[in-house]
Amino acid sequence: MKELRDPKAIARLLADIRDRARRLPDRPRLMEVCGTHTMSLFRHGLTPRLAEAGVEMVSGPGCPVCITPDGLHEAAIDLAAGIEDLTLATFGDMTRVPTRKGSLQTAVPAAGSRIRIVYSPEEALAEAEREPGRQVVFYGVGFETTIPAIAYVVKRAARARLRNFSVLPALWLVPPALKAVLDSDEVAVTGFIYPGHVSAVIGVEPYAFVARDYGVPGAVAGFEPGDILLAVRSVLDQSLEGRPRVALEYGRAIRPEGNPTARAVMEEVCAPFDAEWRGLGRIPRSGLRFRAKFARLDAAKKFGLSIKVKGKPLAGCRCGDVLRGVIRPQGCPLFGTKCSPDSPLGPCMVSYEGACLVHYKYGRRERKGP
Amino acid sequence: MCLAVPAKITRLEPSGLGTVDYIGTEVKANFSLVPQAKPGDWVIIHAGFAISVMDAQEARETLRLFRELAESS
Repeated sequence: MKELRDPKAIARLLADIRDRARRLPDRPRLMEVCGTHTMSLFRHGLTPRLAEAGVEMVSGPGCPVCITPDGLHEAAIDLAAGIEDLTLATFGDMTRVPTRKGSLQTAVPAAGSRIRIVYSPEEALAEAEREPGRQVVFYGVGFETTIPAIAYVVKRAARARLRNFSVLPALWLVPPALKAVLDSDEVAVTGFIYPGHVSAVIGVEPYAFVARDYGVPGAVAGFEPGDILLAVRSVLDQSLEGRPRVALEYGRAIRPEGNPTARAVMEEVCAPFDAEWRGLGRIPRSGLRFRAKFARLDAAKKFGLSIKVKGKPLAGCRCGDVLRGVIRPQGCPLFGTKCSPDSPLGPCMVSYEGACLVHYKYGRRERKGP
Repeated sequence: MCLAVPAKITRLEPSGLGTVDYIGTEVKANFSLVPQAKPGDWVIIHAGFAISVMDAQEARETLRLFRELAESS
């Protein structure tokens, strides 16, 4: 879809945005909730061009690797280091998050154990089926985009009565986190760019409270530069009209009702609880864990792990403030000096969609300015 | 993390497993979460699972809109 990157179309949208921003009484400050949006905005140099057009973009808590508290990573390290003949499988970014116990990448696995990077939870399940003598734990992190896939393998493992498969869940829900951002009053957000692929599962209704209860407009966006600008323009239009709603600007990939099949699997396997997020603290009904019927597949219960979710961050790391949008990555004293992609001190510098890594990689264009 | 890619379904078995063509490479995928999908459809793939079927009509609308934007600049 090269049309969505056409410089002429981009210029036209930016001109529209500039025009609308000028007509608004206050400078619009929009939060892009999703880390993949943050990356796209920077990779295509849009954040500085939007600033020039009068719109400030703020990154939100949209990186599941980043908001997972250290205690969970440490529990995963304990598991791999403490139990023999075990495979701890997880997504690549998760292995590099630094904690007081090091990272999964630096951890020394117990005899016969290994840490394995997978692309899909099904690869972990397949290993458990192939090697009945080995415990396989999938350290599963994700938002609503990923949770249905994880719930699906949990269901399949339960049905197959696999005794050697379990999941360490780090499952997070986006709408309660938006409510936490709005309730905190720390960042005066005048609009939201809602995540595209989370919305593929949940649809638009779960964001309706943002417009209804807080009067804040928003739009679901795709990931091409044109997609994001279209959503920004829609949010400004809603502000000008004084009629906030949830606009869907990614209709080619998302149905307004989301994906009911994916949600059904998720709801069958998981139930919400008040979860602790890095930076945002405890948020009501913002995490998922397995229902009693599937509790046997929860690695924390199965191996009796103690998880300290309220641990302090590594010295000086301000990932928490970055995740709330209170400071930009450059506002952290460690940014680019003690903390860099080669030796990250916090998860926002690890994940390829973490705000710090994105600013580090692409921030020079922003500093150059217009 | 929520990065997901559009790809075209090339094979779909009754089990819900199959393959997609992703920029010329055949990749395995699980279609259990999109029961309405059929071979030839474009889907959004995330962590090995198709999570959404793309709407061809909407995609054409988007292209038309962007051609208009480009021409009007």
